[in-house]
Amino acid sequence: MKLFSKCSEAAHICDKHQYEEIGFLDKIKMKLHLLLCKLCRNYSKRNERLTKELKTANIKTFTSEEKQLLKSRLAEEIKNHSNS
Amino acid sequence: MNSERLNPDKWVDNYADYLYNYTIVRVNDHIVAQEIVSETFLAALRAKDNFQGKATERTWLVSILKRKIIDHYRYSNSNKRKAEISISYRDPDIEGDWLEENAADPFDRTAEDSLENDELRLAILECIDQLPEKHAEIFKLKTIEEYDTETICKKYNITPSNLWVIIHRARKAMMECMEKNWIN
Repeated sequence: MKLFSKCSEAAHICDKHQYEEIGFLDKIKMKLHLLLCKLCRNYSKRNERLTKELKTANIKTFTSEEKQLLKSRLAEEIKNHSNS
Repeated sequence: MNSERLNPDKWVDNYADYLYNYTIVRVNDHIVAQEIVSETFLAALRAKDNFQGKATERTWLVSILKRKIIDHYRYSNSNKRKAEISISYRDPDIEGDWLEENAADPFDRTAEDSLENDELRLAILECIDQLPEKHAEIFKLKTIEEYDTETICKKYNITPSNLWVIIHRARKAMMECMEKNWIN
């Protein structure tokens, strides 16, 4: 195993980390890389900030069923509209 | 006529979440908010010949939405249909502890859910809007609706590494957009 990973790999791990999808080994790799690479440190910081903002905002969405329902209602209306 | 610049087939995908988040902070009721958004789309459809193409599609929809929200309050205040007021009993022993009142309301707004968060929410949704359509959809599914990677890959017929490339690009664009539009 190479100890110092490439920046692209570190960025990939960093992205995955935002979704809590990395294992222990990847975490070590990332930390090590961040320790040595200023650019990636910066990327990681911004990435964390985005995650935090998304968490704070607590955006609510329509479920996909609700969207489907809304779409079919709208499609029906479009049909009526073009007929009239 | 500029109505060809409107794209009603895409309205639900592109604007439903934005309009919903705009509404929910103003009416504070999940079902009412969804109903208002749905009415807004229908009204927009009927009025689409009036769209002059001076504003963006979203701005135009929001202007209709605002009227629908006002209508909602007007209606609920007329004919003694008073806007809902919750009564707290003076003495908890006298009036019963209704089960409904004790249940946690998932849409109840807590103190942390402040005005600033409402603005943050809309800023994020505006930034998502600026992503390429497919990126926006996948980013939303992954980040907001928290679907797992496998489900999204199946839905869009892509490999996990495709997915992570899209997520990476979307996140980078989101960071830039938020840094421009949102000052901490």
